[in-house]
Amino acid sequence: MTSRHITLDEQVTVCHEGETVLDAMLREGRDVPYSCRQGVCQSCMMRSLEGMPPEDSQKGLKNVLCKQNYFLACLCFPSKDMVVALSHQADFFTEATVVSKVLLNQETLLLTIQCKDALDYYAGQFVNLKRSDGLMRSYSIANSKVHTHKLTFHIRRLAGGRFSEWVHQELNVGDIISVSDPQGLCFYLPDNQGQNMLLIGTGSGLAPLAGIIEEALEQGHTGKIHLYHGSREMDGLYWIDEMQALQQHYDNFHYTPCVSRGDAPEGVATGRANDVAMAALPDLKGWRVFLCGHPDMVNQTKTQAYLNGASLKDIYSDAFHVASSSLE
Amino acid sequence: MSEAKPTLYEQLGGEAAVNAAVDIFYRKVLSDFRINRFFDNSDIEKQAAKQKAFLTMAFGGPNNYTGTDMRTAHARFVKMGLNDSHFDAVMEHLSGTLRELKVPEELVGQVAAIAESTRADVLGK
Repeated sequence: MTSRHITLDEQVTVCHEGETVLDAMLREGRDVPYSCRQGVCQSCMMRSLEGMPPEDSQKGLKNVLCKQNYFLACLCFPSKDMVVALSHQADFFTEATVVSKVLLNQETLLLTIQCKDALDYYAGQFVNLKRSDGLMRSYSIANSKVHTHKLTFHIRRLAGGRFSEWVHQELNVGDIISVSDPQGLCFYLPDNQGQNMLLIGTGSGLAPLAGIIEEALEQGHTGKIHLYHGSREMDGLYWIDEMQALQQHYDNFHYTPCVSRGDAPEGVATGRANDVAMAALPDLKGWRVFLCGHPDMVNQTKTQAYLNGASLKDIYSDAFHVASSSLE
Repeated sequence: MSEAKPTLYEQLGGEAAVNAAVDIFYRKVLSDFRINRFFDNSDIEKQAAKQKAFLTMAFGGPNNYTGTDMRTAHARFVKMGLNDSHFDAVMEHLSGTLRELKVPEELVGQVAAIAESTRADVLGK
């Protein structure tokens, strides 16, 4: 009889043959979440930290979760010893040097950093940036995967935002900043390149979307790619010329800037980006959808995209929550 | 006596059938102005997972349904005015979904009966 050792939080559980990881842990009295024990509720989801989990244990999980070695403990009959984590592991950080700071508009800064170690990430993921005193915020990577050492971010200055104010005013070219392992499930996988894609972002929600678009185009994505970028007023938009140039260059890329207040010049739509997009694309059956930015926009649009025909497994989102401590 | 009669869940087509049904059923529910206010503030993905658990149970599939859970989960909606008419609307969508999937009437009736059995718990009666 073969037993496997399953390590969680540095504590080893012995999993007997014919026993699932969940059953073994419960038998040993480990405190792990679970509910249906049938692979339906996904409460017992864990992540394998050393290699791929058995394929059968990933049944029903979203493809981005499978790629990152998440699995369901109640379906997992381990074929080898495993090291697992309940959710995302404590952050690993690498050092990076600030290479440049350029303003994209009045309130948004393009920050470019050079990392000491190569980062293994997917376009659209985010990292935590950490100041030497430990103050930390999440920012989306705004470039494709081609640059493994060089990362760009769009840092919007928030009134009273301790981190963003510091980046805008005090952080200098040549300074050192810590960068966490990439995180998040809103990213591009090149597995279905003929699939049409809709991307909607508000404010600096353009950052991950720009990375995803760059990645998709570099990978030779052949399906249509529609980007809607929205802000309240014109001065909240940025990269209009860059996106228009990209549109000239790629037949399958379409860009619509949107403003929800006031007059819009020619070439800019009036209305919220999500409303403009949903009216223009009433049938999203078979589409892949990416939503980034304001939490209300993301939540509402998820539902609307689903009602317009997109299936939930094809909807990826990243809601930008403002850290409450920013306002203290 | 080795050939056991297939269960309701097996006759319906198991998990694949549940997945197909959730997709149609949940769209119907969210598009119905009579009941969609009860879903306004919830994350659609978490909701869809709950709908799947509910349909799995209604299909006679593996579940650990308890009346108490159902009661607790719906208590705040009862406060918002959840009543028999809303439950009826959901039942309507459930049967409509199954008919769209060309499930035989006899099985539709069995699924409806299981779902119906949760009425008192859902409505906190």
